[in-house]
Amino acid sequence: MAKKYLMKGNEAMAEAALRAHCRHFFGYPITPQTEVAAYMAKRMPKLGGTYLQAESEIAAVNMVLGAAAAGVRAMTSSSSPGISLKTEGISYIAASDLPALIVNVMRGGPGLGGIQPSQSDYWQATKAPGHGDAQLLVYAPSSVQEMVDLTIRAFETAERYRMPAMLLADGMLGQMMEPVTFPDEVPLPADKPWALTGTKEQRDPNIVNSLYLTPSQLEAIVKDRFKRYELVKAREVLFEEYRMDGAEIVLVAYGATARICKAAVDAAREEGIPAGLFRPVTLWPFPEKELSAISGKAGQMLVVEMSMGQMVEDVRLAANGRCPVSFYGRTGGMIPSPGEIAAEIRKLAGMKGVD
Amino acid sequence: MAVLFQKTKGLTDKETHYCPGCTHGIVHRLVAESLEELGVLGDAIGVCPVGCAVMAYDYFNCDMVEAPHGRAPAVATGIKRARPGNVVFTYQGDGDLAAIGTAETVHAAARGENLTVIFINNAIYGMTGGQMAPTTLPGQVTQTTPYGRDVNYSGFPVRVCELLREVDGVAYAERVAVNTVPHILKAKAAIKKAFRNQLDGKGFSIVEVLSTCPTNWGMTPVEALSWVEEKMISYYPLGVYIDRNVHHGGKEGQA
Amino acid sequence: MILNLLIAGFGGQGVLFMGKAAAETAMLTGKEVSWLPSYGPEMRGGTANCSVCIDDKPISCPLITEPETLAVLNGPSFDKFIGAVKPGGRAFIDSSLIQKKTGRADIAAFYIPAATLAEEAGMKGLGNIVMLGAIAKETGFAPLETLEEAIRAVVPASKSALIDANIRALHLGYGYGG
Repeated sequence: MAKKYLMKGNEAMAEAALRAHCRHFFGYPITPQTEVAAYMAKRMPKLGGTYLQAESEIAAVNMVLGAAAAGVRAMTSSSSPGISLKTEGISYIAASDLPALIVNVMRGGPGLGGIQPSQSDYWQATKAPGHGDAQLLVYAPSSVQEMVDLTIRAFETAERYRMPAMLLADGMLGQMMEPVTFPDEVPLPADKPWALTGTKEQRDPNIVNSLYLTPSQLEAIVKDRFKRYELVKAREVLFEEYRMDGAEIVLVAYGATARICKAAVDAAREEGIPAGLFRPVTLWPFPEKELSAISGKAGQMLVVEMSMGQMVEDVRLAANGRCPVSFYGRTGGMIPSPGEIAAEIRKLAGMKGVD
Repeated sequence: MAVLFQKTKGLTDKETHYCPGCTHGIVHRLVAESLEELGVLGDAIGVCPVGCAVMAYDYFNCDMVEAPHGRAPAVATGIKRARPGNVVFTYQGDGDLAAIGTAETVHAAARGENLTVIFINNAIYGMTGGQMAPTTLPGQVTQTTPYGRDVNYSGFPVRVCELLREVDGVAYAERVAVNTVPHILKAKAAIKKAFRNQLDGKGFSIVEVLSTCPTNWGMTPVEALSWVEEKMISYYPLGVYIDRNVHHGGKEGQA
Repeated sequence: MILNLLIAGFGGQGVLFMGKAAAETAMLTGKEVSWLPSYGPEMRGGTANCSVCIDDKPISCPLITEPETLAVLNGPSFDKFIGAVKPGGRAFIDSSLIQKKTGRADIAAFYIPAATLAEEAGMKGLGNIVMLGAIAKETGFAPLETLEEAIRAVVPASKSALIDANIRALHLGYGYGG
């Protein structure tokens, strides 16, 4: 059996990136993800890699852009207010068809907000990770082990489709320790013939660019990128179902909130309420088809988030009126307890007369 | 038949979009010739700015990337850290380098990034149609200083070489001009030296080139060349501001 | 839940380390475990706490708001958390630093002068580990040998000279009051 390590989510994620052959990390300190930078600063020099503390989140994400254009696995990590600064770079990375990993260990917002766990950057990650028609792969881990597994997957998927990926965690996942294992070996990245390596005067120059002044040309390029997005939607959706057999009240939650929902589902089941949990693991691509199918069978859905209700809109679109979708959320860094979610389930069960 | 002169391999055959009389073309050629003469064209990776030189990737015959406005030194840092064996340069205008990208410029310089920065100072925003630049001279009329730049209201021009002279990571900073043949020859020598410094691992090297914008200055090309001589050079004196090796000894740059 | 432990004290008392040692112990026994620190702008001298959950089932919520087991190492933490202990739960109180006694009859309170015990044994600053030993004895959440193994694993290599003292502190707490 692989060796288990008791590690903080932030550190486990950093170690996973190293095992995934990432040797270029550019960052700027911000709570609650600073352990990532500290870990990288310690380990990178020993691996012959680069940890560089940039002058700002803006500079850090542009260093990632440069390193990614040069063909190496590169990443940056931040938390909510810092991600807002990175959105310029993310848009350019997406528009330049570059693979890269951006980690957001979410904290309460808006503005400077707070430093406690939150999920209020769902819209930013999935709808507007920068200006323009573009998407990010968005992975939402729910455990420290998934911080590891999805970090590796994010690098690989980003390279396969030449697009940026985001690991969307939160302060709880970043700060908590759990036992984790690491894969023995992660495949080496494939060659990147498009990368900037110098022509050696033996080929035409490679150009990494996002400027197209002719509208018809820009439209064609964006449409071509969206064809790739369709492939991603068809192939890369990830989700987990928990106690969904015969579930009439289906909770939908991601990340840290989903693990709390599991306890609430258990409590409800013990009381004879047929509750279950559907957990999107990829937030983009969103498991739209799966939720759509569930909405035809379930009596109702309850979306639980650490926000004022963001993913709930996507769930409502997927349900498309086939079943009622209600919402329960805490925000500002407040973490919902299993008890308060169970109470919410009970309330819904009472309304439907399930109890 | 002996070839006495030919176009540098460092430029493509694409026609540039620059206005008649603009000196970007001269500077492009000096950069390209320098890369060719140093035998590093095949190793070169250039970073374009946002501004008039935004499409320089069409003109330089080497690998190129287009950076967000002002971020070229950060993008170049990422490239150079990923590929230290390549020759990495940025080509930036005054708005890009000295306004929106001031932080990226100063910090790449402070880190002593082993990069070559070509900085075009023409005292105006060219691509957007002639607005005030951080380097617009006091009293200079632009679209956004229609009564002349009032330093009490809009502030003072930024002198980049003078500023960077005080930054420990800077190996080399020289200001040149391309308005006369002797100045062009000096500019060529400076640009070549800035690339040679990178090959020698000396640290951050910047060449500020006083350039013209006849279209937005509202002058003929010849008048514009004279304006550089009469107005710009007196505010932005030419010469070497710093010339040293910041990476001697250990990697921290300590002797 | 095998152990649902909230540890609270001043920053610098080793509250987080104590929790980490407990969590490492649980991992070594093959249990599901989570460790979650409070995190805030204050570093040394501020209040610190961490939640340690040990179970046979996966841990759903790593944040403990109503501890079954509470360990408090200073007065402000006692004031803040003693009321939150679940009825039927236990509170371990460092009586060398906390003069108060709880009036709650629905919980078991253990008054252990951990800091003083450590100091008198020449292990100043290891009151946290003395307390951990006492908790292990009282709750039986893991065998003493596993705790020792965990201590060896979590003491950083740069401080390996402290391993022996930590293990002695563990035994001291484990043996206290028998």
